[in-house]
Amino acid sequence: MIQLFAFYLFATIVIASAAMVIFARNPVHSVMWLILAFFNAAGLMLLAGAEFIAMLLVIVYVGAVAVLFLFVVMMLDIDFAELRAGFVRYLPLGALVAIILAAELVFAVGAWSAGGVDLAARAAPVVSDKSNIQQIGELLYTRYIFLFEAAGIVLLVAMIGAIVLTHRKRGGVRTQNISKQNQRRPQDATRLVDPGVGQGMEL
Amino acid sequence: MTETFISWGMDPNWAWGVATICGILLIALPLMLSVAMIIYADRKIWAAIALRRGPNVVGPFGLLQSFADGLKVFLQETIIPTGANRGLFLIAPIITFTVALMAWAVIPFNSGAVLADINVGLLYILAISSLGVYGVILSGWASNSKYPFFSAMRASAQMISYEVSIGFILIGVVLFADSFNMNEIVKAQQGHGLGIVNAFGFNLLLFPLAVMFLISSLAETARAPFDLTEAESELVAGYQTEYSSMSFALFWLGEYANVLLMCTLNAVLFWGGWLPPIDWAPLYAVPGIIWLFAKILFFFFVFSWVKATVPRYRYDQLMRLGWKVFLPISLLWIFLISGYLMLTRYS
Repeated sequence: MIQLFAFYLFATIVIASAAMVIFARNPVHSVMWLILAFFNAAGLMLLAGAEFIAMLLVIVYVGAVAVLFLFVVMMLDIDFAELRAGFVRYLPLGALVAIILAAELVFAVGAWSAGGVDLAARAAPVVSDKSNIQQIGELLYTRYIFLFEAAGIVLLVAMIGAIVLTHRKRGGVRTQNISKQNQRRPQDATRLVDPGVGQGMEL
Repeated sequence: MTETFISWGMDPNWAWGVATICGILLIALPLMLSVAMIIYADRKIWAAIALRRGPNVVGPFGLLQSFADGLKVFLQETIIPTGANRGLFLIAPIITFTVALMAWAVIPFNSGAVLADINVGLLYILAISSLGVYGVILSGWASNSKYPFFSAMRASAQMISYEVSIGFILIGVVLFADSFNMNEIVKAQQGHGLGIVNAFGFNLLLFPLAVMFLISSLAETARAPFDLTEAESELVAGYQTEYSSMSFALFWLGEYANVLLMCTLNAVLFWGGWLPPIDWAPLYAVPGIIWLFAKILFFFFVFSWVKATVPRYRYDQLMRLGWKVFLPISLLWIFLISGYLMLTRYS
């Protein structure tokens, strides 16, 4: 009973906030609705018994990705009049995307009502006495180890690529060398002199 | 607690609900009270280090100072700047405060005395603490003012950076404890050091992680020396500049509740949580909650001590420490720890 209630609550909020992402006038509000959608999707995952995935969803998407979104969107100087200007020009493309999505939806619902593919036979059986993390870990590090490693390498290459693309060497920048600073001793930096009257001193 | 309510003749579902609500109140209300007292303690410690008296007028030894401040703030008018984004401006302090309370759900106060004994407790804490940044970002943006905005930018970059190294540090602990469950992590520390000391921190492999975690938790809660988000010499009061009255008080409470949470995490993850420091039977006669509170208070003292003595970091130094020092070291330590465990425990 309470699961059903929770499911409909989360599902409604996910859909409503996903719609609000598009409808919100203010891009910062859009990102906030997106965060709400992520959060409630995590709630749905919890209901499905995948607590590990739920936590990852919150940590990765809400905690990192959406913060960066917000970061960028806040700093944008958006001209709302200009945003709404190209409506007619983008209408055909938008309509095309909408038609494709609608067709996919119809096919999906049709296939589902026709019985669907028997996924249960292909998926690994759930071992109930083990926690979620252990199950995922055992699958990832034994059966799918090469795919997992390959995904890691792809991410590594993407990371290096991003750094290479954005890295630029600027000349004439003076940076702090902390270990050098820490190694500096008073006797290297200061000198005690006792100049006579009217002699001055050289540095 | 659910059993008690069932034995009173309640329907099991209702009993569970009532027990959970009672549990939440049992955590949240004492937490608010201790936040008030901890603010007083913070000011007293800070004053003592600076050879001042600190709050000493309201009540005996000034003990009621925080309550007087709270009452004053409560009676003030809530001012919303004209240019502010009203909704987000008001939501921001609520988010900060709520998130600061939420993470306490998985903290074990004694063996089994935990509101939600979930398998992914540590991940839950990571997830919740990563939410805390939204209160700061939103308040900075919604204020529609320069200084709060700078503060929000700084805060988001800082918290994300340090969460990365905190994540790796926690993996080290999880590898040793073999569980994400907070209670299991505490139990795994029993007799960990030479069979007598109940703490991960005494393990030579984990001690550097404990130190890094302490420093990262200072950065994560934006306490001195990493309090660049509220650097009063540059940013007036940071993201709280435009806030007044209860909305300001919520930030204040949330901030200190977060500091307490980080102290608790230090105690639970590295120094044995509710276990006595030494695995010796008579020490177990003292309730676990007292050991935990003693450890929390010790770490809080360290937090205020650092606040009183260490000068503020410059922003690029803060980023350097997070990305170029803590991240590589914690990554290296994951390799060391997993290598060590493969050799000893799993070979």
